[in-house]
Order: sequence, then structure tokens, then C-alpha cells
Amino acid sequence: MLLLLLGIIFLHLAALVLLFVSTIVSVWTTGESTTSDLWTNCSTASGCNPASTGEWIQSVQAVMILSIIFSCLSLFLFFCQLFTLQKGGRFFLTGTFQILASLFVMSGAIIYTVMSPEWVPEGNSFGYSYILAWVAFPLALISGLIYVILRKRE
Amino acid sequence: MLTFLALTSVVLLGIVPEQSQAIAIYTGWERHALVGSDIRLSCSFFSWRWTSEDVTFSWTYRPDGSRDSISIFHYTGGAAYVDNKGPFRDRLEFVGNPGRRDGSILLKNLELNDNGTFTCDAKNPPDIVGRPSSVRLLVFEKVPIQAGVITGAIIGVVLGLLVLIVVIYYLMRFLVARRVFSLSVSKHGKKKKEGSQQRQGPVPPADPSKIKV
Repeated sequence: MLLLLLGIIFLHLAALVLLFVSTIVSVWTTGESTTSDLWTNCSTASGCNPASTGEWIQSVQAVMILSIIFSCLSLFLFFCQLFTLQKGGRFFLTGTFQILASLFVMSGAIIYTVMSPEWVPEGNSFGYSYILAWVAFPLALISGLIYVILRKRE
Repeated sequence: MLTFLALTSVVLLGIVPEQSQAIAIYTGWERHALVGSDIRLSCSFFSWRWTSEDVTFSWTYRPDGSRDSISIFHYTGGAAYVDNKGPFRDRLEFVGNPGRRDGSILLKNLELNDNGTFTCDAKNPPDIVGRPSSVRLLVFEKVPIQAGVITGAIIGVVLGLLVLIVVIYYLMRFLVARRVFSLSVSKHGKKKKEGSQQRQGPVPPADPSKIKV
């Protein structure tokens, strides 16, 4: 029982850490000497400048921040429901917030994939923050589904 | 005692100005402008000394994507020298007031190539130790949306919806409970209401005695 609890919390925390790294570290696109998005464009030649202020990049920023907020809320609600839920009850609220967080990450990654050719020059490839966002999406989704299926015992 | 205090205060007054003899230069952080418009880049400084006659202002320009700076303006010895060979020839004007510690310049008829960083360096002899301050110029063809407006709007709307849903949920629960209560009262009529009021009367004084026991 304790092992299951620790495993679930570990999965949730792993998804949360991936979300944090993906949002904060600004390496969604990499070139030969440049890294750019989500917040700054840095190059070895001319230092770091703030990212372009297009509408789509701002919506990706907003959606990633919202996914972090919802995942943190879900963790907080999990601990609340752990102590207040009746026996046999399901962690619906926790699971809902975690699934919403995973949907936000998915939509952010999709928006970035579809819209980034507008401002990213040819020859640049996707960076590791982008990959971490795609990895965080199924982790958060699985975590949310486990919460919805899980029943409280003892 | 008094002489000791006087001596320490004199020593402190002597030490403090020497340590804080750094000139602080203020420019903006970032300026946005449209193609073809004029923009005033302001530069002022703070110094513990009086404004000397040998005060100097100098502006340098570093284009976006370049590592080299080019000097475009220099004010010294009471005269202003504007760029007459570089990218801003005939487009630069000095609109500052050195007497009032203002070294602002006016850029006219902006082009898209004027994107870059402008650095102002001011010296007020003998107060010469200080860091130059930079302002970034962004030239647009049309007015863009400021960074963070859409981000904040989306986050605000979603969190607001969340709060709204929570409030509505609790409101519905509260209203349904009240509706049930008011339905039962109207069913059983006035008598039940009077009876419940009489019963509610003596109950509150009884509770403190219960708690004491």
C-alpha cells in the first residue's frame, strides 16, 4: 500500500519536474549557435534577447504555465483528499486537474509544432525542452488516469 | 565624549563621500517605435558632485546581431558632436540639457535597420567611475502586441473560469440546501415554524454548561 502511494507520488513529481524544466529552460529550438524560445533567444554571437512577441509564442507560454499551475494544484488536492476522502472514494478532483494539466501540455506542444515555422528559421531543430514537454504529456495523463481509477483503502 | 563624537562624525563624513563617488546613469530599458517616426532616447545621471563644466555625454550604437559598437554622439567642452559619417548622419539631434544632467538625443525618420542597443555613458569630473546604461530600440512596421499581454490574458481567463466554477458549485450546493429547507417549512405551515423557534430559544444557553462539564 505504501509502495503504491510512493509510486504514484513519484510519477506525479516526475511529470511536475519535467513540466518545470520544459517551461523554464528556454531551449525549444536549437541551431548551430543559437537556442531560442520560450522566453529568450540566445546566441553565442550577440548574447540573449527577449523572445519574439508573437501571439502564438505567448499562447504557448500561457498554456505551459497553466499546466504547471494545474499539476501543482492536483498534487496539493491529492494530499488533501488522501486525508479527507471516505473509504472506497475515488480521487476524482485530483485526477481531473492532472488530466487537465496534461491536456494543456499537449496543446502547448501542438501549437508550438504547428506554428513555430513562422518565426524559426530553416535549419533549426527542436531542442530538449520541446522533447521534455512531449514526454511530460503522457506521464501526466497516465498519472491523472491512475488517480481517477484509484480507490482509497483503509 | 562630545569631542569624540565630533571627531567620529567628521571622519565618517570624510569617508562616506569617497566610497559613494560613483556616477549612476539612467536610460530606459527598451523603446518601441514605428518605421518613419522619431524617438527620443533619454539619458540622465546622478552624481554626488555638482555638475561640472567638463561634463561629457557619449552615445554608442550596437546593431542587433553585431558585436561591434560605433560611437554616434559625443558632448564635451560645451559642444555637441553628432554623427556625420555613420548610420545616423543627418538623423541625429541633441535635445538634452547638460546643465540639468540630461543627455538625451533625438533619432529621426527611423528605419528597420536601426534595431539595436544604444549605450549612454556620462562623466562628471571628478566623478568618473560608473557603468554605462543601455536602452534597446525596437522598430516595427506595425504596432505589435506587447510581450506578456496575451500570456496574462489566457492565464487570467482560465484561472478566472476555475474560480467561477468553484464558486458556482458551492453556491448551487448552498442554494439546494436552502431550497430543501424552505420547501419543508412551507409544506408543514406556520405551526412548525413557531414550534422550531420556541425550541431554538432555550438551546443556546444550555450549550456552555455542557461544554464546561
